Amino acid sequence: MTLLVTVFAAVITTAVWYKKADEKMMLGPLCWMFWGASIMWLVDAIFEYAELKAAYFTPAPEDMLNDAFLGLSVVALALVIWVIILLIKDPRGTVRNRLKKK
Amino acid sequence: MACFLVPGTEAIVVTAAAFILKKAEQNKAQVSIGAGTSEIKEPAKKGFARKLFWLADLLWGGVILLAFEHLWHGEVVPFFPFLTAATEGSAAVQEMLGEMASVGVVMAVLVTAVWGLMVAVSYAIEKRPAPENAEASA
Repeated sequence: MTLLVTVFAAVITTAVWYKKADEKMMLGPLCWMFWGASIMWLVDAIFEYAELKAAYFTPAPEDMLNDAFLGLSVVALALVIWVIILLIKDPRGTVRNRLKKK
Repeated sequence: MACFLVPGTEAIVVTAAAFILKKAEQNKAQVSIGAGTSEIKEPAKKGFARKLFWLADLLWGGVILLAFEHLWHGEVVPFFPFLTAATEGSAAVQEMLGEMASVGVVMAVLVTAVWGLMVAVSYAIEKRPAPENAEASA
């Protein structure tokens, strides 16, 4: 479930990056984060599948809920990291202009 | 248990290599004009260092999010010795090292392989003529 949530986040972020083609929004780091984590969790899933076989696809509802919660938390963490990078690098100069106004 | 440490180590090495290569490419791009020198930044942007930073970003992104997952599952703690398995005896340490050698190494190899494929595809795309309705590159 964590893998699924991260893959969806990676695909959506990449599609938005491609459509906007706006380097000032710095969507690149977010794409890399989601794709990197997706590949690593894919490996984790393959090893788990090799161990559990078909049982891998029928997780207990409690485990699934926990994994979904983890997946959403991971997405939230990645978004927070992205916002911090965006505000610190401030490619549009928005933060700088706001601070200068005051 | 601590599989993310393997791609984490690779991330440190790749980042260092990317910075060294970036500096070398920038030095190479310096063109002497008369007595003074002027720096051309464009070649450095298109160089291999930029592509190496893609790998570093992929690895760091994955490592950060996986570290959070390990923290979530209590396999990593924010205090010494940081790895829960380290406090659970030699059998747990053995298991942790086994997982690093199997899952961790495969993670690092797969991420690097995907990056290698991306670099190959990117070179092919760069050689392709631009579509008629292409936007001006940023």
